[in-house]
Amino acid sequence: MAFNKNSNGYTFLFAILMVVLVGAILAFTSLSLKPMQKANAAEKKMMNILGAIGVPSERGAVEAKFVDFVKERVSIDSEGRKVGSRSGTVEAGDAEDPFNINVQKDFRSKADASTLNFPLFACNKEGQDLYVVPVVGKGLWGPIWGYVALESDMETIYGAVFDHKTETPGLGAEIKEGFFQDPFKGKKISKVAPHFEVVKGGAPTTEYSVDGITGGTITSKGVGEMVDRTMSIYLKYFQSAPKAQK
Amino acid sequence: MSTETTTAVEPKRESLFSKKNRKLLTDPLDDSNPITVQVLGICSALAITVQVQQAVIMSLAVLFVMIGGNVIVSMMRNIIPDRIRIIVQLVVIASLVIIVDEVLKAYSPDISEKLSVFVGLIITNCIIMGRLEAFALGNKPGPAMLDAVGNAMGYAWILLAVALVREVFGSGAISFPGVGQVKFLPEGWFMANGGFYENNNLMILPPMALITVGIIIWIQRSRNRSLIEEN
Repeated sequence: MAFNKNSNGYTFLFAILMVVLVGAILAFTSLSLKPMQKANAAEKKMMNILGAIGVPSERGAVEAKFVDFVKERVSIDSEGRKVGSRSGTVEAGDAEDPFNINVQKDFRSKADASTLNFPLFACNKEGQDLYVVPVVGKGLWGPIWGYVALESDMETIYGAVFDHKTETPGLGAEIKEGFFQDPFKGKKISKVAPHFEVVKGGAPTTEYSVDGITGGTITSKGVGEMVDRTMSIYLKYFQSAPKAQK
Repeated sequence: MSTETTTAVEPKRESLFSKKNRKLLTDPLDDSNPITVQVLGICSALAITVQVQQAVIMSLAVLFVMIGGNVIVSMMRNIIPDRIRIIVQLVVIASLVIIVDEVLKAYSPDISEKLSVFVGLIITNCIIMGRLEAFALGNKPGPAMLDAVGNAMGYAWILLAVALVREVFGSGAISFPGVGQVKFLPEGWFMANGGFYENNNLMILPPMALITVGIIIWIQRSRNRSLIEEN
């Protein structure tokens, strides 16, 4: 080696070159893959919404099904007033589309609820009107989220799906599983607070609560909290909205 | 776990050619196993061994990052300034992990969802840094790659063994990537259904991972006496 690889000058030069090079590589990777990642995330969201109304779907064939079942995408403000609406295919670039409201980002931002809009998905499955409400909240280790579908009385739960980022496998992570989600079916959202509860694993439940996961108490409570909090906003809309137009 | 039946040989990892290269592959499975002998990478071994499928995914991810990191650092070994070598290693590992994550998110979102938690854990996996520092910096890319494969496999079999024990006794099931969890015990056996059996919830919690690793170390040392240190 002709150069002294331990000199200060060389060390600095190496560090600078490395940072620039690595930065460029990572920026390029990120930028070139972004559109695909966004499309994947949107697909996943559609799958979850369809999952809440009990329609199975697969990646690659979701969008047509979504347009088929979801008749209207509504956004409401924190007082329950309808502020926007879309139907038909989803335009990824349309910021006004209720589908493109990032509820997780809104939740994290801790912004005042009065400045936010909340999406609602009005669906029709085999002649039955269903309303899918996205919920977001906190588990033990990180964010948890889900979609709750209500029947046309806007009170009875038709189905629910939940997911999480980093909950404990075998404990909190079980909120993804059917045995936790199935008991939500047929339960009701109460008109008075608390609107909905997830009780300690094994404790008796009412028509406004479901059984939590033993050993996954904090995640279970997080699910109850997010459903309860979200419903307190949507109830304002449900009470003012005309009951399912039949 | 038949991989542990390698013959006991003196760990001589500096050798570079043909026959001795094989030792680079087999040594880490037993005599210089990164988890049970060097006690590296314990953190991730505790965190993700609740289910077999997670252990498999984590092992594959570590295998990939380990090969990439070892080969790249080995190729750059003559131009890396000594004083910032740890930083350089960290940058190489972190960049690889981020690229893997981004590519998975774009092309294989389902796997990416499963992996999401572990990405951070790969960057902090002491085995990878350990191998870069101890081997790749002083050896050619070929042997460095063998060393990476060997160590990743050594890590993988311990991970799988621990995950198997914990999932079978903790959840009464075995899971595979792509298949999901397969429960093999009849429902009627469980106490909730009037049976006699109950899953051991302690198995799911991290302490049992540590105890399971401890038991593996015990068995290994009683078989292979050369590993026992003299006081």
